[in-house]
Order: sequence, then structure tokens, then C-alpha cells
Amino acid sequence: MTAAIELERIDKSFGSVHAVRGVSLSIEKGAITGIIGENGAGKSTLMSILYGLYHADAGAIRVDGKPVRMEGPHDAIAQGIGMVHQHFMLIDSFTVLENVVLGAEGGALLARGTAAARAELERLSRDYGLTVDPDALVSELSVGEQQRVEILKVLFRGARILILDEPSAVLTPQETDRLFRILATLKERGVTIVLITHKLREIMAATDCVYVMRQGQMVAERATAETHPEELAELMVGRKVRLQLDKTPPQAGEVRLGAEHLGLVDRRGVRLLDDINLELRAGEIVGIAGVSGNGQTELLQVLSGIRPPSSGTLTVCGRTVDAGHPGDPAEMRDLGLAHVPEDRLRQGMVAAFRASETSILGYHEQPQFSRNFLLRLQAVGAYCARLMERFDVRPRVPGLRSSSFSGGNQQKLVLAREMAQEPKVLLVGQPTRGVDIGAIEFIHRELVKSRDAGCAVLVVSVELDEILSLADRILVMFAGRIVGEVAGGADERTLGLMMAGAKAA
Amino acid sequence: MRSRRPLPAWAEIVLLPLVNIALAFITVGIIVRIIGVDPLRALELLVVGAFGSPESIGYTLYYATNFIFTGLAVSVAFHGGLFNIGGEGQAYIGGLGCGLAVLALDRYLPIWLMIPVGIAAAALFGAAWAAVPAWLQAWRGSHIVITTIMFNFVAAALMVYLMVNVLIAPGSMTPQSRNFEPSAFMPAMGGNALNLSLVLALVCCVGVWGFLWHTPWGYALRTMGHNPEAAVYAGTDLRRMTMLGMCLSGALAGMVGVNELLGVHHRIVLDFPAGYGFAGIAVSLMGRNHPFGIVLAALLFGALQQGGAELSFDIPTINREMVVVIQGLVILFSGALVNLPRPWLQALLALRRS
Repeated sequence: MTAAIELERIDKSFGSVHAVRGVSLSIEKGAITGIIGENGAGKSTLMSILYGLYHADAGAIRVDGKPVRMEGPHDAIAQGIGMVHQHFMLIDSFTVLENVVLGAEGGALLARGTAAARAELERLSRDYGLTVDPDALVSELSVGEQQRVEILKVLFRGARILILDEPSAVLTPQETDRLFRILATLKERGVTIVLITHKLREIMAATDCVYVMRQGQMVAERATAETHPEELAELMVGRKVRLQLDKTPPQAGEVRLGAEHLGLVDRRGVRLLDDINLELRAGEIVGIAGVSGNGQTELLQVLSGIRPPSSGTLTVCGRTVDAGHPGDPAEMRDLGLAHVPEDRLRQGMVAAFRASETSILGYHEQPQFSRNFLLRLQAVGAYCARLMERFDVRPRVPGLRSSSFSGGNQQKLVLAREMAQEPKVLLVGQPTRGVDIGAIEFIHRELVKSRDAGCAVLVVSVELDEILSLADRILVMFAGRIVGEVAGGADERTLGLMMAGAKAA
Repeated sequence: MRSRRPLPAWAEIVLLPLVNIALAFITVGIIVRIIGVDPLRALELLVVGAFGSPESIGYTLYYATNFIFTGLAVSVAFHGGLFNIGGEGQAYIGGLGCGLAVLALDRYLPIWLMIPVGIAAAALFGAAWAAVPAWLQAWRGSHIVITTIMFNFVAAALMVYLMVNVLIAPGSMTPQSRNFEPSAFMPAMGGNALNLSLVLALVCCVGVWGFLWHTPWGYALRTMGHNPEAAVYAGTDLRRMTMLGMCLSGALAGMVGVNELLGVHHRIVLDFPAGYGFAGIAVSLMGRNHPFGIVLAALLFGALQQGGAELSFDIPTINREMVVVIQGLVILFSGALVNLPRPWLQALLALRRS
């Protein structure tokens, strides 16, 4: 076997951060190579260098044995390298076909290019089982379908080497299996695949060999068949990690949050939530499982008061909210409901604010933070420092811009802010999205601790493993409805089927 | 998407604006050379014209006062993510309010009451004129950039109508109101146009700084400006916050009316905002939307205004239009092209470090 890509002693710094340190690796032609590491280990940076998005400070790249210079993605594409990004690079208001053609229109006359593209797209869809309606608007597709469009886009450009950055973050187990089958098909046809992930299960299931990165360095290379998840986890984190969460049976108390026949219809008349009934009791963790885009986001918005329901009623700690009596997030907070939003960067924090400013978002009018119409900046700073201490947010600098923290530390800060209020109800969306293993352990333990202290916790997550290990009861959402309930620790396949919309048992 | 080290704070705040101004002046120098004037002599005249005598300094500061008001107005709205292009109209209507209050009350109130009432009326009318576009955006979804621009024209037309038909002094041939009583004269500082409005402007700077960074409403406004979704999540009512930000902005713009009418004209006249509202956008941009930076930028613009006038007086080939070109270039380089030299500075600083 020859190497499709060789990286030699790649080095890259961002300011004082040494993101990639002298990393060498060689990616075998026609194989699936995994790169695993915690968030911030340098995986994505390394791949961005390979794809020409960043320039390495030092080191060499060879494709098929020939040294190449990557000045930009166009060079990478010319070398047959394609990348499917973690964050989709699609234009919402364009159709699938238009997105696929974008940047490869094939001449000034769009019609001719698109006709050829349509045929090509249909062939690709058929061959690889990537079914998507070419005329659908991207904004109308589910996240899973959008990812298929991303893969199609890359294949359409004739990529021989495919880099996938955390591809399964948005998929059901079945869809992930399907993705892996697609990858296997691609491999059979000689495509070289690089899979970047922090999920051990996927590395074990899909790859031929795996590289482990930690703190910018390549710490190990293993043939997948000769390693096991515990070893990889230890290599990633640099110490022994417990993959299992210990918790006692729940002591469920009174109902803190109840929804009856809750519905939400958007302005175009699309039913986003349909007849949602749920009860959340003190001292239990209820998990909401489901493929991303099946109403979980909207459910959190309605429960937290960001959007009023179109029908049905919601009762939070005694206050009843319905279409005629909408609540708002500030009122919900006063009632004792805290909300860790799904997307911390877009909702939970202000990237340009100092960490101390982010640490009072939503609570800035509390007397402890503002008095006589003035913010008590010293008190805010001291408060933030306390939160950082308790939740081990690093670096412990309240004056640092929120965007300068790593994803895991941002999440810990947001979580700290919400949990420090000792809420009666805690809504948590994607508690560990983009968070490394060490922090996941910590966050999970904190959530269980807060449950044991009598808080009613609702966890929405697309990570099935997370729901399974955290939740005492699991509700499954599909197409805006709750399609079933199972006990915590249920069988993954049953859940997967429910998530895909099959009838609940 | 090349990764670059961001500029350190001192370079961002001091070096970059200075380089911008230098670039503008080099370009101006070339143009001045083309029309046959020695650029260095022109520069000297400009500087002496702006700072050469107590009188010229007074005028520079008087112009700067207007720029501070409109610069602050733009920056307050901008911190809330609102692009208020309507400073011109808000200044105009603010002046109208100020003038109406004075015309109604100047015969009855002593100066220590008349002036604050005039200031309050200017703020109120300016705020009201900004409140309409704000309301249209918050409740009806009309974009504030469009509506504030249109409101400038509405304000100008309204003022012409009022001055010609309603407020004109009886028997007068020019469209201006009767003279104010001395009880409505803003006390002068020195002999010429400079008046206590400058102090008012500096107080407003401190007030804006305190509001934005030291009050919960300023916090909420900045949250909305940086990340509206986070503001909704935090429980901020975006519609009310839009109203608040725009009303404050309009009130600040309205202060131009105080400086112009109570300070200088002592009656309501036409066209007194004279482009200060628009220049406020450049002042705010150049001052990095911070009150302190705005004071510096306003000083520069005031100096250009005053020095430019002297320049066109001394060198006939540099006429009024040429001065506008010079001001336009400074606005271009320090406003629209503000990021032009950034990569060069970044490369330079990186070079020095290695």
C-alpha cells in the first residue's frame, strides 16, 4: 500500500497557542484513517492545513509522494482532496442542486452546467445511496440531509480523498451506520477517507487505522483491530478515564414542569411541535432523544419562554403559560427555571463580551449585580471568579473575551452560570456538544449532582450515549412529536428505531 | 482565510487611526499638488487655521462639539446593532424642539431655567424623531437604515415648511424665527462661537460611557448589538431595547440644535445641521464607537472644518469644494477604508517580533 497523503513535521501556532507541534502522519490510499483527539487537540487545525485553509509555519505536505503547496482550498481540490466540514457550508436559500454546483458552475450559462450536474448528482445519489431531492431548498432539509448534500458536493468535484470532520454529530445511530456503509462503499471504489472524530465508538466501527492527537501532538498510531476504546480514551486524555457514569436511582418528587397538548406552528403554518405532553419532576433527569431537527430546539424554546406556544398549556412551577398568556425568558428565570441553550455561541453567550459579562447574562438585573441603576462590576468579576473556581473553567481570567475560551470551558461557564442560581428546573440542550472527554465527565457528574439536590433536569441531546447514561427516563422526539418513552439505560437499537420514526413498541 | 495575529490594543486604538489619517493626508497632498499648490504650505495653513490663535481654537472646538454629539448618537445606536443614519434629521428636529421651547418661554423664564428646558426640548424632539423609525423596525419590520435616511428628507421638508409658513418672524424676508431673548443664550466660552455646549458634550461622553458599560440597560443594549439571539435568551425585549437605543441616539443628535441655536444663531434658522449628522457616522467609526475615541475624532473633524475654511480663504485655488474633498478623503480613509492598512501593520508587527 502506498500513502495518499503524507504530512511531515507540521507546525502551526496561533499567537501564543502552539496548536500543532511537529505532527507527521501518513494516510494510506484506499483506507479509512481515523484521527481522534479531544477538542482543541489540533485535529481540525491539522486538517485545515491539509485543506489549504491555514498555512503551516513549518513542515511539508506530500500527495501521492509529490510535495505540494496548499495556498488555498482550490489547490486541495485540484489535488483531489475534499472536505466535509463540521459546520455546514451551505447556502440556505439555494436548492440542493444550486449548492452542489456552486463554485463549479461549468461556464457562464448556468442552465447547461446545471443540466449536466443534475445527471451527475442523480448518478452519485444512486451509487452511494445518498438520496436527496435536488430541487429542495437547503433550508427545508433536515440536518442529516444537509450533511448528505455536503458529501455530494465534495464527490461532485471528483474528490479521491475525503476528509470528514465530526460527521456523525447530527445523525441517528442508524444514519451513522448508513454513513459508515457509504464510507465503506466509497472505500471499495478506491476513495481514501480521513475521519476526524472524538467518538471512540465510530473509530472502532469504521476505521482501518487510527492516529491519536493530544495537545497538538501525535501521540499514537494504532491499527484499529489491535486496539480498544479504553486504550484510545487513555491516550486521548493522557490519564485513565471512566467511560461509565455512576448514579443512584432517582428520587422523583413533585411535578415542576408540565406540558399538555403543547403545539407550535410557525408563520408558514408548518407544525414544529405537535401535541407534546410531558411531566418533569423534582429529582429526576429526563432525556429527550431524537435526530437533530425533530423539534427539540423548538421544544426548548417554548419551555424556556423564548417562543410562546401556539396551542396547549405549559405549567412551570405553578405559572401557566399558553398562547394567550405567553411567558418570557426573564419571567421563567424568576420562577426558577434555568436554561443552558443548545448553541452556546449563538445563544448562551456573547462572544465579544468578557467572561465576567457572559457570567451574568440573563441575571444582570439581579440586585447582587446591579444596584442604583449601576452594574456592580467588581461584584460581577468576583462572582465570575467564583464560578470559574467551582466549575474549573480555564484559564481563570474573568476579564478575558468569552470567545477566547475553548468550547469545553465556554460550556462550563454557561453551565456554571445557570447552575449557580440553584434552579428548580434546569433545561440543558446538548450539554457536551464540542466538549472534550475530561469536561464531559465533569459536566455529567454536575448534572447528576444537581438532580440529587432536588432539581428537575431536562436534557436534550443528539448524543445517544449521553442520553442513555444520564437520563432516568427517555422521551423520543420525531417530527415534532414525542413518539415514545423508555426507561433510562434502554436498548440503543429500540431507541434508534423510534428516533427514525418507526412505531413505538 | 489566512490566520493573522490580531493587532495589540495600542496598535488598534492609536496606531491604526494615525496610519489612516496619514494615508488620507498623503492622498490629499497629491491632489493639492496636482492643482498647483505646495502641499506642505497647505498643511501648514490648515494646522495654523485650526489651532493658530485662541479664536481659531475656539471655532475648532465649537465644530468639534457638534461632531461629538452626532458621533455619540451614532455610537449608542451602533452598540445596539442599530445603524442610525438619521442623525441629520434628528439634529434638525431637535433644534426645532429647542427653538419652539425658547420661543414659547424665553420671555418668562430666567436663564438658569430656560437653558435646561431648551436642552430637554432638543433631546425630547430628537428622540421623538428617532422613535418613529425605531418603532417601525421593532413592530413593523421596516429596516431602520432605510427609514432613518427617509426621515432626514422628511425633517428637511418639514423645517422648510415651518420656517417659511409658520415660524418666520413677522415682516422678515428670510425664513428665520424672531431672535431669542438673552435668557436663552448659551453662555459663551471666549469671544466667538464656542459656548458651554462643549461642556454639555463632554458630560454626554461620560454619560454614554457610564450608560453603556456600567448600567444593566447598557449591558442589555450591547448584548442585543453583539448577539440578538443571546439577548432574547437573556430575557431582553428587543423591541423595547430598540426604542431605548434609538431614542437615546436621537436625543444626542438633537443636542446639535442646542449648540447651534442657543449657542450661536439665537434664532431658528434653516440648514443648521449642515452635514454634522452624516459626519457623525465617520466620527463614530473613527473613534471606534468609544466616547473617548469620539472626542479625539471630533477634534480632528472640527480642526478640518475650521482649518479648511481658513485654507480656502488664504489660497484661492483651494475653494470650498476642495475643502469638502479633503474632508471626504479623511472620512474615506478613516471610515470606509479603516481596515485597509491592518494587514500591513500586522505583517510589520509580526516581523518586528520574530
